[in-house]
Amino acid sequence: MASRPLTLYEKIWADHVVERREDGTCLIYIDRHLVHEVTSPQAFDGLRANGRPVRRPELTLAVPDHNLPTTARLDAAGHRLPIADPASAAQLAALERNTADFGIRYIDATASEQGIVHVVGPEQGFTLPGTTLVCGDSHTSAHGALGALAFGIGTSEVEHVLATQTLLLQQSKTMEVRVDGTLGFGVSAKDVILAIIGRIGAAGGTGHVIEYTGEAIRALSVEGRLTISNMSIEGGARAGLIAPDDTTFAYLKGRPMAPTGEAWERAVAWWRTLPTDAGAQYDRRVTIDGSAIAPSLTWGTSPEDVVPITGRVPEPESFADPSKQEAARKSLDYMGLAPGMAMQDIGIEHVFIGSCTNSRIEDLRAAAAVVRGRRVADGVRQALVVPGSGLVKRQAEAEGLDRIFTQAGFEWREPGCSMCLAMNPDKVPPGERCASTSNRNFVGRQGPGARTHLLSPAMAAAAAVTGRLTDVRDLVSV
Amino acid sequence: MEPVSRIEGRAYPWGAKNVDTDIIIPAHWLKTTSREGLGKGAFEAVRREPGNVFDAPEHAGSPLLIAGDNFGCGSSREHAAWALADMGVRAVLAPSFSDIFSGNAVKNGIVPVVLPQEAIDRLLDVAHEGVAITVDLETMSVTTPYQDRFAFHLDAFRRQCLIEGLDEIGITLARDTAISKYEAEAFAARPWIAGESQNAGIAVEGAGRT
Repeated sequence: MASRPLTLYEKIWADHVVERREDGTCLIYIDRHLVHEVTSPQAFDGLRANGRPVRRPELTLAVPDHNLPTTARLDAAGHRLPIADPASAAQLAALERNTADFGIRYIDATASEQGIVHVVGPEQGFTLPGTTLVCGDSHTSAHGALGALAFGIGTSEVEHVLATQTLLLQQSKTMEVRVDGTLGFGVSAKDVILAIIGRIGAAGGTGHVIEYTGEAIRALSVEGRLTISNMSIEGGARAGLIAPDDTTFAYLKGRPMAPTGEAWERAVAWWRTLPTDAGAQYDRRVTIDGSAIAPSLTWGTSPEDVVPITGRVPEPESFADPSKQEAARKSLDYMGLAPGMAMQDIGIEHVFIGSCTNSRIEDLRAAAAVVRGRRVADGVRQALVVPGSGLVKRQAEAEGLDRIFTQAGFEWREPGCSMCLAMNPDKVPPGERCASTSNRNFVGRQGPGARTHLLSPAMAAAAAVTGRLTDVRDLVSV
Repeated sequence: MEPVSRIEGRAYPWGAKNVDTDIIIPAHWLKTTSREGLGKGAFEAVRREPGNVFDAPEHAGSPLLIAGDNFGCGSSREHAAWALADMGVRAVLAPSFSDIFSGNAVKNGIVPVVLPQEAIDRLLDVAHEGVAITVDLETMSVTTPYQDRFAFHLDAFRRQCLIEGLDEIGITLARDTAISKYEAEAFAARPWIAGESQNAGIAVEGAGRT
């Protein structure tokens, strides 16, 4: 059979087909499964109800993150502090019991390795290039940054993977998003992905797996790439891949769950065969000039509502589509904004630096570089820094970043999802406005009535010290 | 899962675009270890608005929901499908769905019906009148008493699962031999997938690495 050039996605897909059904649905093998406390209890109950075991417990890793309070977890004597909310405590207890009963590796809430699943997976070397990786969380797309085919699944699929280590799937279409050129001063991976979503729209990638290519993507660290792939789902794509390269291999080498010795050499040799072949066809292509991207942020209640910080709140009438005009009016009403306002005239009361999008060490360094020598502005009621994992937290503390934040008036918290989705006690009160490094500005996402502006860690830090949405380039010099 | 082949009844004429799963069921309802009882949290923020479509007497209890593009975007939470099922919704009609939501819907006996925007606009008018609409999986069509007829597509496997109420896990477990064969070959070719790492400890520090 003559081999036609293949994309990265097509290669990983082909390597994982167990069987192809007559109707075109494929049984796909799943190499890696991450589990957290919120979307798994019903799946384990389903296994119990049907007397089914977990097929390959060693391919699953569990860690609590969504629901955990980010306040201290141990008292001065090192004893575990209780979780005040009984529902949250019950969910955590269920995860502990389920992982023990089914023999699944579990990182405890008090372990230094605990953190947000999508920070922990790459950090531990659990996420590897060329693997299929799933988790009951839509931001599983993040792991695509290392060249894994990674996507979010529902709880029924969590149960399916636990029982069979496979999923029944239809192959997706492919979409190349190429970002050319060199990013400007003050522009980060977050600005790039916001610009991409602003361009393709919140449903632009539906039915597709994105592959990010181009000079600006290649130049990013693995941390930056994770930010890009993480938000693929906000552009409608269930997965967003970046071809593995020397940057990826250098990041993974020596990580606790990465292969070693001869296995490492074999793995790298195989990973080098994964990038998209010359001449391979994508179903859709989008090209963006990276050098033209400014620090960006959202004005509305969809991640596609993106403007540069130098821009203004749009006039609803400026949109061609009548339904988008109506959506914009509703968004502006919810956000408490008037058309035509300069983005930099918008005051904020809350700042959240964290989430699986932007809570890695580079993110904290970028924010701290802006905060250093400054104070959180008077009108800001709460400014939170929530590291993505215990290891990120420890690293940041070793670098003195925690003191930069706390001396400026930030709170320095324990790792978890926190104010990104308002499941734990970290919430934005109704009608108040938050500059947030998270991934969703949906109505009520950070708490009922909360108003969210998505932006980069450096931009969030800039907003914290001025009390309004601010162009970070005005605060720091080249 | 209960088999579903035909749903006939009134529809919520909503039509909103980009309805995310945080709108369908906010995160604070996710602190449950059960699939049951989530209907009372469904569309919580929308239902706080006076005159909302879900509590209007002429629409309350409808088995159909008509929405705009990109229904079910955002979080993968299957609680969104559980909440819809619990409030009695058996089919959602929209121009497009998020990939994750449409999969979750089918696994809970909710039919994701994709129709062009013009068809959706027409069905919104019909639904506003409080007239019954029929979704038929046998004929793959949506019909109204006014002789409207819109054909829709659903992939063959999903359609079969809905009509027969199939347990996907049971289907896949029956393929155990094929899965074992795949594993033997894949683990031989890529032994690092199932192999234990020899790297010490589970903490990574130093050189600015985290």
